[in-house]
Amino acid sequence: MVEARESNAVLEMKESTGSLLSVQDLRVWFELRQFGFGHAGYVHAVDGVSFELAHGEAIAVVGESGCGKSSLMKAILALYKPTKGDIVFDDKKFSEFDTTIMRWFRSQVGFVQQDPYGALAPFMNVRRILEEPLIVGGIKDKLERERRVRKVMDEVKLHPVEDYWDKFPHMLSGGQQQRVVIARAMIMEPKLLVADEPVSMLDASVRVEILKLLRGLQQEHHLTVIYITHDLATVSYFSERIFVMYAGMIVEKASVDNLLQNPKHPYTYALLQGTSDPDANNALSFKEVPPGEPPSLITPPTGCRFHPRCPKIITGLCEFQEPPEFEPDKGHYVSCWLYK
Amino acid sequence: MTDEKALLHIEKLVLYFNTRSGPVQAVDGVDFSLDTNKAVVIVGESGCGKSSLAKAILRLLPRNAGTYSGKIFLEGQDVMLLDDEEYRQNIRWAAISMVPQAAMNALNPVIRVGEQVAEPAIVHLGVNKTDALSLVKKMFQHVGVPEGFISRYPFELSGGMRQRVAIAMALVTSPNLIILDEPTSALDVLTQANIFNVLKRIKKELGTSYILITHDIATSSELADDVAVMYAGQIVERGDAFRFFAQPLHPYSSALMASVPTLRGKKMLDFIIGQPPSLINPPTGCRFAPRCPSRFEKCDQDPPVIEKEDRKVRCWLYA
Repeated sequence: MVEARESNAVLEMKESTGSLLSVQDLRVWFELRQFGFGHAGYVHAVDGVSFELAHGEAIAVVGESGCGKSSLMKAILALYKPTKGDIVFDDKKFSEFDTTIMRWFRSQVGFVQQDPYGALAPFMNVRRILEEPLIVGGIKDKLERERRVRKVMDEVKLHPVEDYWDKFPHMLSGGQQQRVVIARAMIMEPKLLVADEPVSMLDASVRVEILKLLRGLQQEHHLTVIYITHDLATVSYFSERIFVMYAGMIVEKASVDNLLQNPKHPYTYALLQGTSDPDANNALSFKEVPPGEPPSLITPPTGCRFHPRCPKIITGLCEFQEPPEFEPDKGHYVSCWLYK
Repeated sequence: MTDEKALLHIEKLVLYFNTRSGPVQAVDGVDFSLDTNKAVVIVGESGCGKSSLAKAILRLLPRNAGTYSGKIFLEGQDVMLLDDEEYRQNIRWAAISMVPQAAMNALNPVIRVGEQVAEPAIVHLGVNKTDALSLVKKMFQHVGVPEGFISRYPFELSGGMRQRVAIAMALVTSPNLIILDEPTSALDVLTQANIFNVLKRIKKELGTSYILITHDIATSSELADDVAVMYAGQIVERGDAFRFFAQPLHPYSSALMASVPTLRGKKMLDFIIGQPPSLINPPTGCRFAPRCPSRFEKCDQDPPVIEKEDRKVRCWLYA
């Protein structure tokens, strides 16, 4: 254990970046097998993603289902092993994690699942659910555990605490269940919170309540948050930067205001066009939607992965060469040949 | 709005479910009318009874259905007077069809989609299989499914394509009215926009009417001519979409609208404190009163339905 710490101290010296999380050319591929053996290609779920997150920053990863955002999230949670590339958390490389550091890492990240009911054990009451991470985390003092459960339940506004902690998940409403999930993610006082579509299963009125709660926690605890969603409308209420993912890659990175007002990538533009605001005029016109569907990640298109659907394709270039990341405006990155 | 002119006219529709702890008042005295080639959107949170309303209209009652009463006029005919068999033969799917919630996952995995879509035509129109399949081809064109997909199995289709197949199944008997229960809730943004384009086109080309049931207020505006807001088994507000989205009348509608995040133009989001009431023992008087910011003494009594500028609202504020 001591040795591991020391070797990490050396690493810290070498690679101290000041950021909490740094994802470097991450690739997560899943091997396909024929008849249970024999190699039959890869699903390129995440294919070359790089970014850095500062302490206390809230970002949103936006993309359609199958674009690899969940695989990216699971790689960041150290649930999937990267095929290539590395992730550095608090100056420690994932590839050099051992059991001890892994245990420490687990206490540093919180995870808010999409479906709160599915994420909570039906046979445990709220108090037991919240105590579990503390027990695993090695807090042996019962009174201390109770104190922390009370504190975190208070923070997610499940009060009076006594009314809730003997209840089982099925006795709670969807919003309350999601609060329990958030409380469980927060109980180890993590530095990073990963929220996978935390409000998509909830009703409109509860949705805002949960988003406000998450935002409040983020600011109060100076948390770094990765908010994964397909709903662009909620993003501006929650995060500072947006990453747009398409077919395993991040195609655009920008601050929320820049991206919503001045989308650069044709895919981002299409997503924004496709998102409705409540307005009766919508019924009068048709929406512009790019033809086709997201590509298979087994054999993704050559060149730019969006080119078969892109209305602004530059023939002879986009089909053959993968666009690098350009920076047309300061802090606004886009992988599209239009901005070369 | 007279009964004769309307395609569908519903009066005091009631559907209760029997449970051990008492009757659940899922649909409790719903009135509304819908004209030909119009779309009404029924919005409400989960558990407000909107799916039960769809079931009540189509008489798809679960085993524990209790009280089921009221009047449903379809093109002037009171269909509540029909017995179950007559209803099945002449109304269900022949005149009113439905795209149930999560329909795309309800396709039979071992039957080719073309045959599944043809089935309602064979059963309800009495056509033979060849004719039914050519009908299916026509419907696939309307919903934008390539003709070749007719002999594919559901697992070979993407979610968006399967949803289109489900819509084709509702269209194949050329009904005048389609009930859509959350048709896009499990789909991606672009697929969703695509499906709404399809629905709009069908409405334009075939003159179909829709009842769209959803909790997603933002996308519901894509199709809405009229909006009805449902709360705790009752319709609390009903009116034309332009006026509704500009300024909802009922305090619940305003609160619901305030909780919808928007992309264009920043607004402060707000949420509704408290939870919807249990439908077994709903509060007496106005059912929204316990959560209502503008409640006053009168709210202890059942509010009347008040007509205001062609809109109807169930609230004492406008009495």
